[in-house]
Amino acid sequence: MNLHEYQSKARFAEFGIPVPMGEVAHTPDETFALARQACCAVVVKAQVLAGGRGKAGGIRLANTPEEARDHASAILGMQIKGHRVRSVLIDPAASIAQEIYLGIANDRAEARPVLMASAEGGVEIEEINRLRPEAIVREHVDPVAGLFTFQAVRLASAMDLPRKHWRAFGQIVAALVRCFEESDAELAEINPLVITEDDSLLALDGKMVIDDNALPRQPQLAALHDSSELSGAETMAREAGISYVRLDGQIGCMVNGAGLAMTTMDMTLLYGEARGIGPANFLDIGGGARADTVATALRIILSDENVKVVLCNIFGGITRGDEVARGILTACEEVQLKVPMIIRLQGTNADEGRRIINDAGLSGIHAAGTLTEAARMAVDAAENDL
Amino acid sequence: MSILVDENSSVIVQGITGREGGFHTRKMIEYGTAVAGGVTPGKGGEWFEGKPVFDTVESAVRVTGADVSLVAVPAAFAPDAICEAAFAGIRLVVCLTEFIPVREMMKVMHHLNQTGCRLVGPNCPGLLSPGLAKIGIMPGFIATPGNVGVVSRSGTLTYEVVYALSQAGMGQTTCIGIGGDPIIGTSFVDVLRLFEEDPQTEKVAILGEIGGRAEIDAAEFIREHMTKPVAAFIAGASAPEGTRMGHAGAIIEGSEGTAASKIDALRNAGARVAENPEQIPELLC
Repeated sequence: MNLHEYQSKARFAEFGIPVPMGEVAHTPDETFALARQACCAVVVKAQVLAGGRGKAGGIRLANTPEEARDHASAILGMQIKGHRVRSVLIDPAASIAQEIYLGIANDRAEARPVLMASAEGGVEIEEINRLRPEAIVREHVDPVAGLFTFQAVRLASAMDLPRKHWRAFGQIVAALVRCFEESDAELAEINPLVITEDDSLLALDGKMVIDDNALPRQPQLAALHDSSELSGAETMAREAGISYVRLDGQIGCMVNGAGLAMTTMDMTLLYGEARGIGPANFLDIGGGARADTVATALRIILSDENVKVVLCNIFGGITRGDEVARGILTACEEVQLKVPMIIRLQGTNADEGRRIINDAGLSGIHAAGTLTEAARMAVDAAENDL
Repeated sequence: MSILVDENSSVIVQGITGREGGFHTRKMIEYGTAVAGGVTPGKGGEWFEGKPVFDTVESAVRVTGADVSLVAVPAAFAPDAICEAAFAGIRLVVCLTEFIPVREMMKVMHHLNQTGCRLVGPNCPGLLSPGLAKIGIMPGFIATPGNVGVVSRSGTLTYEVVYALSQAGMGQTTCIGIGGDPIIGTSFVDVLRLFEEDPQTEKVAILGEIGGRAEIDAAEFIREHMTKPVAAFIAGASAPEGTRMGHAGAIIEGSEGTAASKIDALRNAGARVAENPEQIPELLC
């Protein structure tokens, strides 16, 4: 789960990391009031769960409350990478002498978190990593013992940070590691961590990603989930334990297992791309899904009006073909199936599932034997309707 | 021959009296796997399907001599269960459990590295050596004995390919799902090495996904060390780049997580890469 900038910085502050004293506004008038209170220049920052806000014009400096209000009018409602901006953070502007990068994330291969720091912080950090990886210094953190104080010294020294900042920097590194660990984060990043002209360190921007698997034991963080970023279909999927991502193609996919779901999408694109046809969604009904989950999945897929055909590909292990078949029939009773449906059942109880579908005698439902055949049939059906 | 398990493997199931554990224990016994017993704290002394239930892995190992454990307990208990098995001298732990926090898995790996125990998983379908043993949830009927080794990060995609191989008359030595989580106990490279060393395995199928760099490491191993033919498929070429925030993930991975980079790496290493998983049998002919 991604946290907004203001949520990440509030969490940082709980662990003792210095952050600007900003507040969130939802309207231009609220922005005006906050900017007037601040008694100084402010930065109006779009709060949206996407990168590239600055380049999209979602971060602007305002010297007066009137200017802040104008910026908020422009930013609120703006679309950034498909996300609508619903709130802005009003931070007092800082005088910046130097920008540092400081982040911590899980290193999968090492099975340990890794701290990364660079004296050249800012938006070009990925470019710096590509061209001069040595400009980013790294320090792995022991998952059981935690951070050793000397590791922060090693980072500060390796990045040539002026000695007068080592103490403050070390405290921020230690706090960030604790924040990362105690939040079950996959990522905690300060970019930039600035040295101000009066020689103090300040976390100007913050990003955190929380491990979804840990949300049950992190209720305080789970409560920060911003459901306004989800569509109705995504909310329905989340509640039913279904993984759903809407895409822009015409073939609605219902599959069990993430790997097979991606493969099914790949197949529709493989046979359909030349004809302008592709997957309308990623959807994984999960392992051992029962009939009601299957019915919910079908409703979610059909809520997308771009869907011209439904492709159901189930390879039963713990998921049973007869349960899937019953779920499809249940859903068909409630939602009128206006588009054709290709069903491919294989594995556990697949024969019984196929019998249930055949006995129901629904029109518009076609059986496929292999994945290749199913994908080709779906592409043909989508094209005939275009 | 097979890798990791065979007909002599003696298996205990941690969570044998649970819904999942019980269901799959029955399926494993039906398949002919030598299930020696199970562990459920507080239910020691009971019996399940004619197998003894113990309170601890240590007592189960002492009485039955089991060398393999299947962990089928909920996420909140699974890290503890894995460590318990490792400390009790279990040689191979297969963990089915989904939704274990990454932070807990990092601690588990730290402890496991101090024992000689190998972990497969978590969040995996387990392994199946056709005709010999099934440890996990792979449906037994899709597999037949033969000379192809199959390794995958996925569950149902593995079944798809194993089924296609069997339909084409190409049996398998061992089919193994290593799991889709960020932190897993056994990597592609570990399994490729075992297949390369296994005299009966003559060909290998590897099924990867977008994200992470496990397939890039696998490609390097194939180029440097594999003498046996390898066919590969990478799922997720059509998946759009997710809404990614922050740079740290990209700094660790670079561009290595994309399907295109993985397909290129495998191809350059000499593997035959399928654009459709049902092509895998013909690529291994």
